[in-house]
Amino acid sequence: MTSETEHIDPALRVEALASLLTERGLLDEATVDNFIKTYEQSVGPMNGAKVVAKAWTDPQYRARLLADGTAAIAELGFKGPQGEHIIVLENTPTMHHVVVCTLCSCYPWPVLGLPPSWYKDPAYRSRMVREPRRVLREFGLDLDDNVEIAVHDSSSEVRYMVLPQRPAGTEDATEEELAALVTRDAMVGVAKVAAP
Amino acid sequence: MDRIHDMGGKQGFGQMPELTDAPPFAEAWEGKAFVIGALAARIAGTNLHAFRHAIERVPPDEYLVGYWNRWTIGAQIMMEDSGIVTDEEVRARAARLTGRDVPEPSPPTPRKPEMPSGGAGNLRSVETPRAFALGDRVRVADLDPAGHTRLPRYVRRHTGTVTALQPCQVFPDTAAHFVGENPQHCYTVQFDSRELWGPDAEPFRLSIDLFEPYLEPVT
Repeated sequence: MTSETEHIDPALRVEALASLLTERGLLDEATVDNFIKTYEQSVGPMNGAKVVAKAWTDPQYRARLLADGTAAIAELGFKGPQGEHIIVLENTPTMHHVVVCTLCSCYPWPVLGLPPSWYKDPAYRSRMVREPRRVLREFGLDLDDNVEIAVHDSSSEVRYMVLPQRPAGTEDATEEELAALVTRDAMVGVAKVAAP
Repeated sequence: MDRIHDMGGKQGFGQMPELTDAPPFAEAWEGKAFVIGALAARIAGTNLHAFRHAIERVPPDEYLVGYWNRWTIGAQIMMEDSGIVTDEEVRARAARLTGRDVPEPSPPTPRKPEMPSGGAGNLRSVETPRAFALGDRVRVADLDPAGHTRLPRYVRRHTGTVTALQPCQVFPDTAAHFVGENPQHCYTVQFDSRELWGPDAEPFRLSIDLFEPYLEPVT
């Protein structure tokens, strides 16, 4: 790969690489399809939403989750690549946690799936560690001045997930109904969970 | 290595993009790109750190094209290093896929690295005691390694406080170059935003996980 060579369309490069690797017996269609299906259907923010809903309804689970995120998350069957050690950060009325990876786009795959495009965007990666309040405002989250912001840069193999605040007016909601309210953005810390 | 990937605090990248609830792969090729990258370390006989280092070596103009583009080129660079494919082969195959009748170069000879490994994953145990404890003030060393590192430039030379002890891990700076796992203690270090960005910075706290060799005691 030399910088003076001309740009290849990414889709075409992928096709060329896949074709060479397949010829060499290093890649096969079934593996490719299986991987894609896994991350399109089984590993995604719906997993993290179940974790959050359980923490909201089960105080003992919440305590275990905050003490040892990896183990409590594994109780629900969620583990795997990019989830060796997961720490859960609890948002409160006065403390707002938000997660970024400035060096690449590290993200807790077992609970949130693959990162959304905005998380991988240079604007997010560069600005979240420098002016988080402005960044959150641009995303539509205007935090009160008395709310402290804690930004977490994922620079080692530790992965972070935010436990958002439970919205008001959900006292009677079931765990399943609550899980349906929880969004990926809230579990990264760039949004709050809205009341139904 | 002070390259385009080290984005923390850089300016000029514009407004936040829209928060969208899009599926993981907007187009079919992105899914295939993901799988090639996810398997690249296995195919090339390398590791996750070498993959990150390869992505860091993607030229800036290509890096900024987009995530799946840099992911794919990173995978290719790593496979080039291990003699699995060459750039000439990829270009020739791409040309042929678009109907141009160009000759295909012969494949390279594989040269996968000799790589000492302590097993799956990246969590390890370390015999030596930790150099720092909870609450210690630490200064980030003025390091600028020639190769891979997980020490972002924006915290270098700044002083913070150890707020959590993290599991010992494979040291990316050596593992990426196949010279050993060299496991290290790891710490969450918290900085005041004004320490990082000056007196006019927004007030907030910044936490980052740093390996012991990146840190110096504050005396």
